[in-house]
Amino acid sequence: MSTIQESAAETQAATVDAPPKKAMGLGRTASWVMLIILLILPLFVRNFVIFQVTMLLIYGIAVLALNILTGGSGQFSLGQSAFYAIGAYTAAILIEHGNVNYVLTLPAAGIICFIVGFLFGLPALRLSGIYLALATFALAVAMPQLLKLGVIEHWTGGVQGLVVTKPDAPFGLPMSQDMWLYYFTLVVSIAIYIASVNLLKSRSGRAMMAIRDNEIAASAMGVDLSIYKTLAFGVSAGITGVAGALGAIAVQFVAPDSYTFQLAIALFLGMVVGGVGWLPGSLVGAAFIVFVPNIAEEISKGLSGAFFGVLLFAVIYLVPHGARQAAIFAENLFNKLRRS
Amino acid sequence: MELFINQVLAGIATGAIYACMALAIVMIFQAIDHLNFAQGEMAMFATFIAWQLMQWGVPYWWAFLLTLIISFAGGVIIERLLFKPLAKAPVLTNVAGFIALFAIVNSVAGLIWDFTIKQFPTPFGSSPFLGSQLISTHQVGMIGVTLGLLIALFVFFRFTRIGLAMRAAAAMPESARLVGINTGWMVALGWGMASAIGAIAGILIAPVVFLEPNMMGGVLIYGFAAAVLGGLTSPLGAVLGGFLVGVFENLVGTYVPGVGNELKLPIALALIVIVLVVKPTGLMGHTVVKRV
Repeated sequence: MSTIQESAAETQAATVDAPPKKAMGLGRTASWVMLIILLILPLFVRNFVIFQVTMLLIYGIAVLALNILTGGSGQFSLGQSAFYAIGAYTAAILIEHGNVNYVLTLPAAGIICFIVGFLFGLPALRLSGIYLALATFALAVAMPQLLKLGVIEHWTGGVQGLVVTKPDAPFGLPMSQDMWLYYFTLVVSIAIYIASVNLLKSRSGRAMMAIRDNEIAASAMGVDLSIYKTLAFGVSAGITGVAGALGAIAVQFVAPDSYTFQLAIALFLGMVVGGVGWLPGSLVGAAFIVFVPNIAEEISKGLSGAFFGVLLFAVIYLVPHGARQAAIFAENLFNKLRRS
Repeated sequence: MELFINQVLAGIATGAIYACMALAIVMIFQAIDHLNFAQGEMAMFATFIAWQLMQWGVPYWWAFLLTLIISFAGGVIIERLLFKPLAKAPVLTNVAGFIALFAIVNSVAGLIWDFTIKQFPTPFGSSPFLGSQLISTHQVGMIGVTLGLLIALFVFFRFTRIGLAMRAAAAMPESARLVGINTGWMVALGWGMASAIGAIAGILIAPVVFLEPNMMGGVLIYGFAAAVLGGLTSPLGAVLGGFLVGVFENLVGTYVPGVGNELKLPIALALIVIVLVVKPTGLMGHTVVKRV
C-alpha cells in the first residue's frame, strides 16, 4: 500500500531553510576585527579563561563541521560526538602509545575520521531527514559503549580512559602551556575556517548546496548525489575528528563518558543557535554551548536544564535563523546609520 | 531449551515496555511527521503526577484516570502553545524544540520530586506468573494492557468519525481541510493521545524500572528501535517491534558470547541502523510516495 503525499506537505518537510547566498561568510572588516580580538585576548586574561576560550574554538570547529554537513548538504546528524570521540582517541592513543608528536596527530585523526564518516555516509545515503537523525543518534549513543569494549582496552584504557600530556611551547617561547595551546588551536581553527569557506564556494560546495535545496533538481542537473552526500559526511567527520584531537590535547584526558550523545546534542544546538549554513555563526553557537550551561547553573542549580530549554525556545521563536539573523540585522542597521 | 523459552518469555516481558513507548512514538509521528525526542520525559512527568496523586491518598485507578486526563490536556496545551507556531518550520527547528522540551521537563521534574528513586505500586501484583520465575503477573498485566490499547486504537481509527478525520488530516492535510476537517486540532488531538499513551506506558513501566526523572532514557531509545523496526507508520508494527526488540535483546545477550549487558544497547541501536538501511519502511510500514 502506498499513499501519495501532497506537494504542500512536501515543501514543509524541507530539512533546512536555504540561507541567502551572501550569508555564507563574514565581511572583510568584521573578519579582521574578529581575528585581532582573538589574537590579543589571551594577553589580558587568566589561564583558566584562556583554557575556556580554547575549548570555545575547539567546539567552534566541531559546530562548523556539522554546519558543513547540515547547512551545506542538508543532511542531519545527531551523531557528531561519535566522530569527535574517534578523533580524540586517535590523538590520545598516538601520543601515549606511539609517542607521536601532537601536531601530527591532528591530520591522523582527520584522515581516520574522514574514512569512518565516509563509510558511515554510505548506508546513510538511503536515509533522509528524521531517519538520518535517528541513525546518527544511534551511533552517538553506542559510541561510549564501544569505547569501553574489553577487546581494545589495552589501547583505550577502558572505562579509566587515557591521560594525555600537555605540550610545552616550542622553541623556548616564553608562554604558558595554555597560551601556546590557545594559539596553536587558533591557527588550526583559522585554517579550517578558510578551507571550509572555500569548499562551500567551490564546485563541490555548490553541488552540495544544490542537493540541499532540491535533490531531484540537483540530480537532473548532473550532480552525483551519492558521491557528494557521502563526501559531505566524510569532510564533516574529518573536521570533527580534528576538533576531537585538539580537545583531547587541551583537556589532557579522554574517557568514554566524555563523549556521550549529550555532546552530540550540544553540537547540534550550537549549530541551530549559530545559524544553519552560516559558518561564522559556529563560534557563537560554540559560545552558547560552552557558557550558557554555566550561567544557567549560576542562576539556579535545580532549574538549569529548564533555563537552558527556555532559552533555546526563545532562540527558536525570536531568531529562528540564529546568530546569522542577528548579524544581518546588525549589518543593515550599520549601513542605515552610515547613510543617514 | 528451557533456558531458551525462559529468555524468550523474559524478552516478551521487557518487550512490552518498549511496545508501549513505541506506540506513543508512532501516534505522534502519525500526527505531526516528527519523532518526539521528549516523549519519554513527558511520560515520566505523567508518571510522577500519578505517584503524587497516590501519595495524596487517591486510589490507584482514580489516579490512573486522572493522570490520563491531565496528560491528555498537557499534550494538547504543549502543542497549542509551543509547537503549533513551528508547524511550518524546518525539521531542524522542530528537533531543537523537542530537545528544549526534554531539558525543561527533566529539570522541572527533578526540582519538584528530586532525583531519589521511588517505588511505584502495581495493580497486578508481582508474584510469579504460572510458576515462572522470569515473568511476573505485573508483566503479564502490562502485555495485556498494551494489546488492549492496540485494539482500542485500531477501533478508534477504523470505526469512529474522529479517527477517520485524524487519519485524513495526517495523510492529506490539504484535501482534509477542503472537506471541512479542522486539521490543526487533529494535530493537537494527536499530541494529546500520544501524551496519554505515554502516560500509560510510564505508569506500567515505573514498577519495573522504578520512578525517577531519568527513568526513560534507555526505554526511549529501545522504543525508537521498536518503532523503526515495526515501521513508523503502523501502531501494530510498533507493538510487534517492541516485543521483537525485547526478545532479540535477551537472546543476543544470552547466546552470543562476549555481548553481556554492556553491549545490549549498541545492539538495539545497530538494529535501528540495519532496519533503516535495509528496509526503511520497517516491518509493517507503508511507503510514502512523493509527488514532485
